[in-house]
Amino acid sequence: VLPRIATSELIDQFRTMVRIRRFEESLIRLAEEHDVGHFHVYVGQETTGVPALALLEDGDVAYTTHRNHGHLIARGVDPARMLAEILGRSTGTNRGKGGTLHLASNEHGFPTTSSSVGGPLPIAVGSGYAFKELGLDRVSVCVFGDGALEEGAWHEAINIAAVWSLPVIFLCENNSLEALGQRANEYPSSTLAAQRLTDLVRPFKVPAVAIDGADAAAVHREMRRAIRRARTDGGPSFIETWTVRWPGSRPIWPQLVTGETDLAFAWDASAIPAEHAEWFGRQDGLLIHLRDLLAAGRLTRDGALAIDREAREEMAQAVRFALDSPHPAPEEALEDVFA
Amino acid sequence: MTTTTAPSVAGVRKMTYAEALVLGLRRALEADDRVRLMGQYFVGLTEHRKLVADLRDDFPDRVWYPPIAEIGYVGTGIGAAISGLRPIVDIATASFIFQAFSQVVNEAANVRYMTGGQTSVPAIFHVNHGIRGGGAAQHSHSPQAMMWNTPGLRIMLPSTPRDVYGLLRTALESDDPVFWADHVKLFDITGPVVEEGWEAIPFGVADVKRSGTDVTIVATSYMVQRSLAAAESLAGEGISVEVVDPRTLVPFDLDAILASVHRTGRLVVVDECHRSCGVAAEISALVAEHAFDALKGPIRRVATLDVPIPFARTLEAFVEPSEAKICAAVRAAVA
Repeated sequence: VLPRIATSELIDQFRTMVRIRRFEESLIRLAEEHDVGHFHVYVGQETTGVPALALLEDGDVAYTTHRNHGHLIARGVDPARMLAEILGRSTGTNRGKGGTLHLASNEHGFPTTSSSVGGPLPIAVGSGYAFKELGLDRVSVCVFGDGALEEGAWHEAINIAAVWSLPVIFLCENNSLEALGQRANEYPSSTLAAQRLTDLVRPFKVPAVAIDGADAAAVHREMRRAIRRARTDGGPSFIETWTVRWPGSRPIWPQLVTGETDLAFAWDASAIPAEHAEWFGRQDGLLIHLRDLLAAGRLTRDGALAIDREAREEMAQAVRFALDSPHPAPEEALEDVFA
Repeated sequence: MTTTTAPSVAGVRKMTYAEALVLGLRRALEADDRVRLMGQYFVGLTEHRKLVADLRDDFPDRVWYPPIAEIGYVGTGIGAAISGLRPIVDIATASFIFQAFSQVVNEAANVRYMTGGQTSVPAIFHVNHGIRGGGAAQHSHSPQAMMWNTPGLRIMLPSTPRDVYGLLRTALESDDPVFWADHVKLFDITGPVVEEGWEAIPFGVADVKRSGTDVTIVATSYMVQRSLAAAESLAGEGISVEVVDPRTLVPFDLDAILASVHRTGRLVVVDECHRSCGVAAEISALVAEHAFDALKGPIRRVATLDVPIPFARTLEAFVEPSEAKICAAVRAAVA
């Protein structure tokens, strides 16, 4: 099932998804030889972030988290400058002051990226408040994981957004499905007494839906509805997207445990390694989406492979750009504290 | 309690600190459409709170009373500042800032730096700090030392009606987050304020509140008033005390303080933070580093004793930096 949009837009969005996938795979390889600190990748969630954020317009803001790479690429940030930032280079998006956890690009609608779980929730509400007060037809989106709903900040933020009827969209990427938790020396899945995350929203009378994050059509439909509500003074919305956690994101440090994604897996199941049949055969949103595109005749296999070749080449150049970029001069540590 | 005298020549009027504070808020709302007030306890629960209610009556769309949610509304203020407003966020009793510490310290103070200078947070965070009398352990904090330990925040600590009025103008024009602490015992202090023109008092410019030759007292916030009272009584003993008020901790006017220490050769630092790692500790260290040779004796600190603030007035008086303790420290310095 595909979003009801023009083929050219569908292909643009697919291209962005592939670029995100190749970016993250390149990063994991890069991190094997370079210290980038603790990092998080967006593999497996492309079908959420890309169709959701593609609906935003210039001036709309998005606040993301430690798992931000896909969101920035989705809104047009240059992967080369992102990788430079992740390597702590002076050409980075944040001039080397932020790193992977804080990738931000104000001109692309990412004013600041906090890796404090739950921290950005009320800040996103504040942008929505400003837009309403300034009479601007803009939307503030907060993208966060299910873990943020364990924070008190969540309760306080949605309460204010609801009471003041602000143009805010809470986009919760629930990637705890399939996460085995601490016993397996992995990230814990969310620890909430609430059975459904949307149960945490209903008392505030905020519209809440839970959808499959691998279903780009559902993401597009619900996000478009939420944006329309925000722009017509209808107040906040909550969208939960279910995402199966990529096996490489289960360990505390990301690993390319499945190997690189071969787009041919979408049409040649026999090429899928048996140990990753579940992931590539049934769970990977990127391949699910590609199969839909092929089945609908919106894209050919050759077309997909051509997009992939370009994406690989772009990321190879981005890696070279980042590695060739200078380190910040030490005394730059003293800059940017105050205006 | 609120004694308002008629305006006199040149627009100078004697008014209470609370009046000057709220007048500054009114001027801010008048001067800049982007200003929003969040909160209703700018002058605490004192009788002066009617002044804030009047502001809300006059600016009903721009004075917001948020829910009891310090994380939520402080964060809302941060996002509002990022997206084009100039929010003045009232956290009321300073102890409540701990609820919102992550937002102030880990978000607002870091935004400009960790984005490599891309994004500003021109928000003002206001608190009523200090030992108010019976506030006990959870309503008596002076968190300014903790904020001073947080790069990225500007800090203003007014001590007079004139200062709160003028410093607020500078705070409003700052593109950086400002932490603004008023002492609850300042609200009834009266003094002259030049109403007309709303002249800004710049940050980072200390004010010599009283000139003297024997001892320098560096004091902040309400401790300026207490030090002035101490200086007056010490004058009767023949001790000439200079009282210097830095007015802002960030930026900090070290030069003015060093100049005074060079004149007097003796330093007493008076501040209401707890003694360990408090504002007085940092000021003492700065002077020791930069003017050791000018000192005729050890620097003395008068600060709150390192215990939680107790309720009973006898206990409270024992732990706070009192006028008697200030006098004793000055006498010891000149002995």
